[in-house]
Amino acid sequence: MVYSLPEEVLEHVFSFITSDKDRNVVSVVCKSWYEIERKCRRKVFIGNCYSVSPGIMIRRFPEVRSVELKGKPHFADFNLVPEGWGGYACSWIDKMSRAYPWLEEIRLKWMVVTDESLELISTSFKNYKVLVLASCEGFSTDGLSAIAANCRNLRELDLQESEVMDSSGHWLSHFPDTFTSLESLNISCLGSEVSFSALERLVARSPNLKTLRLNRAVPLGKLSTLLQQAPQLVELGTGAYLSGVRSDVYSALSKAFLGCKELKGLSGFWDVDPSYLPAFYSVCSRLTTLNLSYATIRSPDITKVISLCPNLQRLLVLDHIEDSGLNALALSCKNLQELRVFPSYLYVADANVTLTEQGLVSVSQGCSKLQSVLYFCHQMSNSALITIAKNRPNLTCFRLCIIEPRTPDYLTHEPLDIGFGAIVKHCKNLNRLSLSGLLTDRVFEYIGTHAKKLDMLSIAFAGDSDLGLHHVLSGCEILKKLEIRDCPFGDTALLANVAKLATMRSLWMSSCAVSIGACKILSRKMPMLNVEVTDENGTLDPKLDSCLVEKLYVYRTVAGPRSDMPGYIWTMDRDSANKI
Amino acid sequence: MERQGLESTELRLGLPGGSDGGGGERSAKKRVFSVGGGWEADVCGGGKNMNMDLVVGWPPVCLHRKKSICNVTNLYVKVSLDGAPILRKVDLSCFKGYWELGMGLEELFDCYGIVEAMKEENKSCEYTAIYEDKDGDWMLVGDVPWLMFTETCKRLRIKRRSYVDGIGLHEDEKIET
Repeated sequence: MVYSLPEEVLEHVFSFITSDKDRNVVSVVCKSWYEIERKCRRKVFIGNCYSVSPGIMIRRFPEVRSVELKGKPHFADFNLVPEGWGGYACSWIDKMSRAYPWLEEIRLKWMVVTDESLELISTSFKNYKVLVLASCEGFSTDGLSAIAANCRNLRELDLQESEVMDSSGHWLSHFPDTFTSLESLNISCLGSEVSFSALERLVARSPNLKTLRLNRAVPLGKLSTLLQQAPQLVELGTGAYLSGVRSDVYSALSKAFLGCKELKGLSGFWDVDPSYLPAFYSVCSRLTTLNLSYATIRSPDITKVISLCPNLQRLLVLDHIEDSGLNALALSCKNLQELRVFPSYLYVADANVTLTEQGLVSVSQGCSKLQSVLYFCHQMSNSALITIAKNRPNLTCFRLCIIEPRTPDYLTHEPLDIGFGAIVKHCKNLNRLSLSGLLTDRVFEYIGTHAKKLDMLSIAFAGDSDLGLHHVLSGCEILKKLEIRDCPFGDTALLANVAKLATMRSLWMSSCAVSIGACKILSRKMPMLNVEVTDENGTLDPKLDSCLVEKLYVYRTVAGPRSDMPGYIWTMDRDSANKI
Repeated sequence: MERQGLESTELRLGLPGGSDGGGGERSAKKRVFSVGGGWEADVCGGGKNMNMDLVVGWPPVCLHRKKSICNVTNLYVKVSLDGAPILRKVDLSCFKGYWELGMGLEELFDCYGIVEAMKEENKSCEYTAIYEDKDGDWMLVGDVPWLMFTETCKRLRIKRRSYVDGIGLHEDEKIET
């Protein structure tokens, strides 16, 4: 006889399981667990909005309170995804507005959101709390006004790096005077000024405000006023960090920072005047996150700040930090977990900036907790990469961008295969990797052999032949996201690994060697995949099988081919392999 | 899996002028995603970074950050024309390439021949466009890829042949100030 716990008990147990992965595992134990779990799931994460339809989500999970969706492929960040590609949030928001009256949170990334949708959100959900629009576009401050005016219980409004059409700085004034529940506000992406008096009053009546990220237009002189109203802030993003020679701005700012005893994270710092930096020294000892990646200050100033931050866990900075600054980082910040170094010039190596592979080697040596690296530089060597790999086997994310494509090891002029090979061999928990520099098929052999925990791989200007791609697809067992540009990978590798594609979230290939014929075959063999082909130039002849495809995006889906594509994108039809 | 010979398809796509180490033969087919159009693709005949500005989405810096780095407001540079007492200012971010810049300058100073001069490197042209780069050196406009130029150009100057002959650069600068 099999005991089975009552439904209510199981539901109670499941309520402690919050991670999506765990929930998914629970749901496949047996039919009754599937039924119980689906009725009490509160949070849904959909990494590709086209992999499923809103209807399917709503039918399966009727009691959802929080939805997170991602739209465009990651390469949209780098302008590789053409205008009008898709990622429209409209149909999702429409259906959710009717199906989930108790929805509290919506998080969207790389999606197109309209003012109408924002208005709908603001009026449809009785207890709406969180709106995060990361790298989104399609809306204006009018939509934000609706959110402000109608969401009485809003806790979080985060517009991270979105493109917002600024039609008015007064949208902030639409938050009613009775609105006091704000905990997090991120308006750093807004180009134009917001009404400062409205902002000040909003901050003053938000006792639970923990995160405040201002936009560049908020002058430094006003920052101290805001900090005085909100000394409980944990995360602060400044506006432009400069002012005239008036010393009262400096002293007021300094005093205000002294009052911020809870501050753990700082960002913003556009247009920094180094003489104002000491104003925030008093909070440095508590800082765990510091984002100076918009600050064009030089190495000595950066070094000084870093040396005051022994508890730093996360640092984002420009290459102005130079090797000397990174050496200082390695000495001062023993708790560092994540480092991101961005380029200050995109196309030219700045002769005055000495940032080389040495800086990264130093940090790998001195910071034993380092897990995540994003590093832009102009030169690299295999020996440096091997040293880094041996120093830091605990790396989970390694993204290296050597700015000039196909740059070899600057010491030996060899490809960087063995360097990256060492990274995947030693860092056994590596889940994200971005490659650059001169690379042959060998590096992919290493990756296929060793990178067993790899979840996401980004490849550009690398490899010699299909063998490279084949190594990756056949070797990386849990690979979910693969994005490739300008590599000589084509039909053979793709068609030899069709089953693999159904286990992945998505594959992006642009400027590679994939033909229309192969796309048709792939589509026929794998009906659960959408095989989308882009032809912006209008040169693709769908009947000519040998024609090469500009951009290919393949993803698994239960929703069938999507219907919102622009004219130059086609889904390979699985029945007749004709253009739809 | 057998290594496929791809010679017959000549499909080694990638940057022209890239390094030749590692792999076997590479018949690199020129693949240019022209961002601004114009004649840069034809004119730029050599140099390592030749087509970097024409490769979309590289280096992989997100748009938001790119805008910050390129710092649109700082692309206003002064332009002087030999013999004209008043300097002008142009916003380099308005132009997609050298051709448009040349046209813009011709319109600004109401003089014809700047575009021709940029293209032809003809010593007999009336006008020569030069610029001061971030290292303080005076360079001929048109040598480097457009985006690299916009990053390094600090000020522009259109020299007139009648001013150039027999007069050194230092002399000219004295006349300006």
